[in-house]
Amino acid sequence: MEPLSWGAIVAQMFLQFTPVWIALVVTIALSMLFQKKLGLYGKLMGSGIGLIGLGLVLFWLFTALFANLIITHDPLAVISGMKNKLPGTPLPDGNDVYAYYLLGGDNLARDVFSRMVMGAREVLKIAPAATLFAFLVGISLGVPAGYFGGTFDTVLSFIANLVLAFPVILLFYLLVTPEIVQSGLPTAMAAVLFLFPIIFMCILWNARYLAQPTTRAIYIGTTLVIGLWLYLGLAFNADPLGIISMTPNVLIVFVSVVFVNSPTVFRIVRGLVLDIQTRDYVSAAKTRGEGPWYIMLWEILPNARGPLIVDFCLRIGYTTILLGTLGFFGLGVSPESPDWGSTINEGRRLLSIYPHPALPPAIALMSLVLGLNLLADGLREESLKD
Amino acid sequence: MGLFILRRLGVMALTAFCLTFVVFVLTNLAPNLEKLAKTQGNMRMTDEQVVSWLNENGYGQPMMVRYGEWLGVVPGWTGEDGQGRDIGRCVEPGQAVEDAPRRCGLLQGDLGYSTVFREDVSAIVGYRLGLTGWLMFYVMLVMVPMALIIGVLAGMREGSRTDRSLSTVSIVTTATPEYVSGVILIAVFASSVVGLKWFKGTAASAMNDITFENFTLPVMTMALYGMGYIARMTRASMAEVMNAQYIRTARLKGLPFRSIVLKHALRNALIAPFTVIMLQFPWLLTGVVIVETLFNYKGFGWTLVQAASNNDIELLLSCSVVAVVVVLLTQLISDIGYVYLNPRIRIA
Repeated sequence: MEPLSWGAIVAQMFLQFTPVWIALVVTIALSMLFQKKLGLYGKLMGSGIGLIGLGLVLFWLFTALFANLIITHDPLAVISGMKNKLPGTPLPDGNDVYAYYLLGGDNLARDVFSRMVMGAREVLKIAPAATLFAFLVGISLGVPAGYFGGTFDTVLSFIANLVLAFPVILLFYLLVTPEIVQSGLPTAMAAVLFLFPIIFMCILWNARYLAQPTTRAIYIGTTLVIGLWLYLGLAFNADPLGIISMTPNVLIVFVSVVFVNSPTVFRIVRGLVLDIQTRDYVSAAKTRGEGPWYIMLWEILPNARGPLIVDFCLRIGYTTILLGTLGFFGLGVSPESPDWGSTINEGRRLLSIYPHPALPPAIALMSLVLGLNLLADGLREESLKD
Repeated sequence: MGLFILRRLGVMALTAFCLTFVVFVLTNLAPNLEKLAKTQGNMRMTDEQVVSWLNENGYGQPMMVRYGEWLGVVPGWTGEDGQGRDIGRCVEPGQAVEDAPRRCGLLQGDLGYSTVFREDVSAIVGYRLGLTGWLMFYVMLVMVPMALIIGVLAGMREGSRTDRSLSTVSIVTTATPEYVSGVILIAVFASSVVGLKWFKGTAASAMNDITFENFTLPVMTMALYGMGYIARMTRASMAEVMNAQYIRTARLKGLPFRSIVLKHALRNALIAPFTVIMLQFPWLLTGVVIVETLFNYKGFGWTLVQAASNNDIELLLSCSVVAVVVVLLTQLISDIGYVYLNPRIRIA
């Protein structure tokens, strides 16, 4: 068989992505239809930059979701004779799977295209969740630090600055090693860090339904049951039902990324709280006799959401870059893993002779981060308009 | 002002102390010491051999004592090797214990001995920092003017077509981490596939002789990622200044746009970017590690990777001291500089 031309490669890839295109068109069309009812998200449809950003982010999100339908080959399968082959090379005869390596083969004769698609799933499995955890940790510490001030604030700010003064890369090299995993430190860190979301939710419900003991008991009870179940599964790998678990490798990567991100979130939240607590509605709540936690979580926090949402988008992008850095240095993830950072790392050794294995994951990572940045920009612009 | 600087220096020392302690604890965890013993001795050591190797080389003492030794507040360990010669932390090979200084640590200016490079740490750090200094110098030389020009041009007329396109360029560069832009630049300008081959894909030869051919790609890779951020900050600052009252006054007086921008707006618009540029140094540190690894330029970042992956405790400690000092010193300079540049703060 003849190798595919570049036009044919692009057309074939377009076809492979069909499920993504369908999902993308449906989502955007529905959002356009109900634009008026969707608040800030709806307004995004009107801004060019925001829409492009949203499109890029959704593209990779759907790619991660439908990765199984899109890939042409098993991302770990080696097909002999395909080592470092150029994009569009047909497979040797006798393989009844998809007939071409659309983006060529890497130096272990695996399909670059399928690895890139599967990489999206690897990245989007960790980055948003890790960012969310970092936010919950940062918010649960930053709001009281800003509101109460005093020694609590001084100590926490010093610790936050301490972590921020640490070069990220050195921290990763120290934390993400098999030796550290052996020593049990990641589990201990996870045990502390993963506790924050549960505490946060409990205080949130407690402050809201203080006057309605039954409702409060239901909400806190549900939170505790689900929270502790996830907590046991994620932090200690001891889920009694055996559904939730995290391999030690992923756990240490997850924990380090949360650990690196949360001090920055802490500082942002603290600054916002210091600013908002001087407003009149906070004084009004104080005069009404509301408790400090109610004021913090139900008066101040909702009013800080604008900058926080924008920063959340930016921070997912930054986390993606961090994960890529980890992969680039071969830290944490297994060497087989198709995540973008590791793939770039593998491809860079032969870069000046065979650039094609390293370029697709590089461009994929860039477009996802670009999408998130544009989305954050669009959100910022739209939220400043009112 | 003097008190302010003194307080900041005090916080800096405390931060450096805490951070080196954390690094010390992490590198001295039992599994890490075992790995060190096996790489220094031989890979097939039994557990007893590992313990005796650690004891012989001074790693057997409690962790706090050894941290004190490294700091130079506790006397260094001494002992005898298999042939009855004196060995110890402060003892040079062939020297007798009595002739050696009792304490040798950070406070005495002795950074220790690298187990990977088999050389004094201070010599390694000095040489490698020099190499990275050149890289940083050229990066700053390219990045800062480019970022300022882009930012000023974009912020000069907010919302114009120039603004839109330049802002997009800066968003794209901030979304491209070093390992992505480096890979793309090498593929385009140095690979045999595209065939341009303008530059070299490795900067190993730049350690002895920096040329346009071998240094352009690493410098551009680093400058691009940092540039976008500074440019966006400059743009925001410039746009804010251009909306200020005194610019309107200058316009109403009928001054040409050119002189409004150059004489009235520019000086005030450049205060905020100064802080951003100074705070960019810590970011550059991560960039340095990536770029030096990617382009095989054996500077400070490369040394840090070597030290970390081989658990070279004393080299790693010195690297973290240097890194922390760089981070905190740039913060200090940016704070002081900000006060001097902005009269509103100086008076208040």
